[in-house]
Amino acid sequence: MTGPSPRLSPKAEGAKRKPARYWLQLAFTLAVCAFLVVPVFMSILAGLTQNFFVGLNSGLTLRWVGEVWGLYSDTIWRSIGIALACLACTIVLGVPAAYSLARARNRLTRWIEELLVLPVAVPGLATALALILLYGTWREFRASWLFILVGHVLFTLPFMVRSVLAVMMSVDLAALEEAAASLGASFPRRFATVVLPNVRPGILAGALMVLTLSMGEFNLTWMLHTPLTKTLPVGLADSYASMRLEIGSAYTLVFLVMIVPLLVAMQWAATRMERKGA
Amino acid sequence: MAVAIRLESCAKTFADGTRALEPISIDIAAGETVVVLGPSGCGKTTILRIVAGLESPDGGGRVFFDREDVTALPIEKRGVGMVFQSYALFPNMTVAQNVGYGLRVRKLPREERQKRVAEMLALVDLERFAARRVDQLSGGQRQRVALARALAIRPRVLLLDEPLTALDAKLREQLRVEIDRLLRSLGITAVYVTHDQAEAMALGDRIVVMERGRIAQAGTPQEIYLRPATPFVAEFIGTMNRLVGEVVDGHLVVAAGRVPLGGIAAREIMFRPEDVRIVEPGAHHLRATVVASFFLGDHTRLVVDAGSAAPLVVETRARRKWPRGETVHLALAEGAVLALPGASP
Repeated sequence: MTGPSPRLSPKAEGAKRKPARYWLQLAFTLAVCAFLVVPVFMSILAGLTQNFFVGLNSGLTLRWVGEVWGLYSDTIWRSIGIALACLACTIVLGVPAAYSLARARNRLTRWIEELLVLPVAVPGLATALALILLYGTWREFRASWLFILVGHVLFTLPFMVRSVLAVMMSVDLAALEEAAASLGASFPRRFATVVLPNVRPGILAGALMVLTLSMGEFNLTWMLHTPLTKTLPVGLADSYASMRLEIGSAYTLVFLVMIVPLLVAMQWAATRMERKGA
Repeated sequence: MAVAIRLESCAKTFADGTRALEPISIDIAAGETVVVLGPSGCGKTTILRIVAGLESPDGGGRVFFDREDVTALPIEKRGVGMVFQSYALFPNMTVAQNVGYGLRVRKLPREERQKRVAEMLALVDLERFAARRVDQLSGGQRQRVALARALAIRPRVLLLDEPLTALDAKLREQLRVEIDRLLRSLGITAVYVTHDQAEAMALGDRIVVMERGRIAQAGTPQEIYLRPATPFVAEFIGTMNRLVGEVVDGHLVVAAGRVPLGGIAAREIMFRPEDVRIVEPGAHHLRATVVASFFLGDHTRLVVDAGSAAPLVVETRARRKWPRGETVHLALAEGAVLALPGASP
C-alpha cells in the first residue's frame, strides 16, 4: 500500500467497469425472484390479516391460524404420522434394497435401477387407481391411513434407494466389507459397523427427501383418502374450496412452517455429502 | 504361529464362463514370503482371494493351512490378515479404532485391546496418529495403518494385494523396505501380489510368475532372473536382448558378428543388458551402431542396432557421451547366453 500505484485498486476498477448489462441482469433476476416470492408472501400475509379484502388496515391476527388448528389439527398430526411411518418403511425396505443393488452389479440390477424412476414418472393418480382396483374391496384397509401409507411408500421408496445407492457406489463398499470380513466380522456385524455408518449421509439425505415428499404429497393421497383420513395437503385443498381465503392462507402458513425446515436440512445434508465426496 | 499354505489344483471359472485360473498347485512354507507376479488379468489376485477365502476354487481344488483343510472355511473364520491396494480403511473410525476392529470382533478385553493397538501402531511408527481420522492421513500412512490392522489379529497368514501400487515412487520404495523388515521380523507366512518386478525381486523369498492363469515359473528371485524358464518370464522380469542367427562351430553367426554359445546349440539366444561390455575393436563379438542413449546417473543405457529384429539394449558405466550413429564393439560376458525352450524365431 506504499508508493504510487499506477493502477486503480481492483475494487474501484471493478465498480467503474460494471457495464449496463450487469445492472440489467440484476434487475431481471430481482424481478423473477419477486414474481416467485411475492405470491408466497401475500399468501402468508393473507393468513395473518383480519380481513384480506379490507387489507392490512383491518389489522394483523393469529385468529385464522387458531381456526386452522381447531378445524384441521388432525390432518397435521396424520401427515406427520404418515411421513414418519413412511420414513421407517423406506429405510427398512430401501437400505437393504440399495445394498443388494450396489453389491450385485449386473445387467439386471441396472434394469432395476432404471425401473426405480417409474413410480415417479407415472402420475400419482394412476398409481392410486391401481391400488384402489387391487385393494379397494378390502374395507378395513381401504378406510385406514395405512392405505395412504402404502401409496406414499410406493412413491418415495425410489428416492431413498437412489440416494443410498449413490453413496454406496462412491465408497468402495466391497473392499471395506472384505477387510471387515478378513478381520473376523460376520455379515450382521459388518453391516452394522461398516456398511451402515458409511452410508449414513445417503440415508440422511434420503430420509429428508422422503419426509418432505410424503408431507407434501397430494395427487396420490387425494385419490386414496377418505373423509376420515385426510392429510395436510388434502385438507388444504378442502379449505381452499370451502373456507374463507384467510383460513386457507393460514393453513398454507402452517404447512410452510413444517416443510421449510425440512427443505433447509435437505440442502444442508446435500452440501455435506458433496463435501465428503470431494 | 506361522503356518504353511498349500493350494491343490485350484482353478477358478467365473459365472460368466471366464477362466481366471487354470488348475494350479503351490506349496508355501511356514514363514516364507511368496510374491505372485504377473501382468493384469493373469490370475494373481484370484490366487490371493482363494487363499483368503474370498473366492472358492472350482470343484476339486483344495486349500490347506498346515494340515487343516480350509477350503470350505469362510474368510471371517480363516484368520488371515489382508492388505488392499485401496487400503480399505473404515472411514467412520479413527486410526486406533481401525487397528482395534478385529480385536473388538474377537471380544478381547478392553485393556488388552488397547495394549495391542498401541503395540501395532508402534510397529508401524504411527503412535502419534492413534486419534486421527483416516482421511487426515497420507497414502503411505494409510497403508501402514492397514498393515497394523491386519497384523493386530495375529493372523495365520498375511495377504497383500498390490499394497504399494497406489503410492508414488519414493514412498513405494520406503514402504517396501518397511514391509520387508516387518515380514522378516515377524516370521509370518505372507503372500504378496504385485505387477511390479522390482517389488517382487526385493520382497520375495520365492516368486511365482503368472501368465494367463498359469504358473509360468516359480523360484527364487535369482532363479527367475538368471534362469528364466520361458521367454515370457525372461521378458517380464528385467530387460532381455534377443538374437537369431545360424549355429556354426559353437558360435551364433549373425550379420553383426559371431557370439560364442558356450556349449548351447540354439538358433535363438537371449542375454541381459548388464552382461554386455563395450570393448576395443578386435575383442568384440558384435558390431553395432548407437540409436539412442539415456544417461541414468550411475550408468548409461544404450539402445544399439545390430541388425536384429529388435534393437539391443546395453548398459555401460563409462562416463562419456554416446552420439547417435557411433559404432560400438560389444562382447558378451561368459555364461551370459541363455537359450529358451519354446522361444519363437
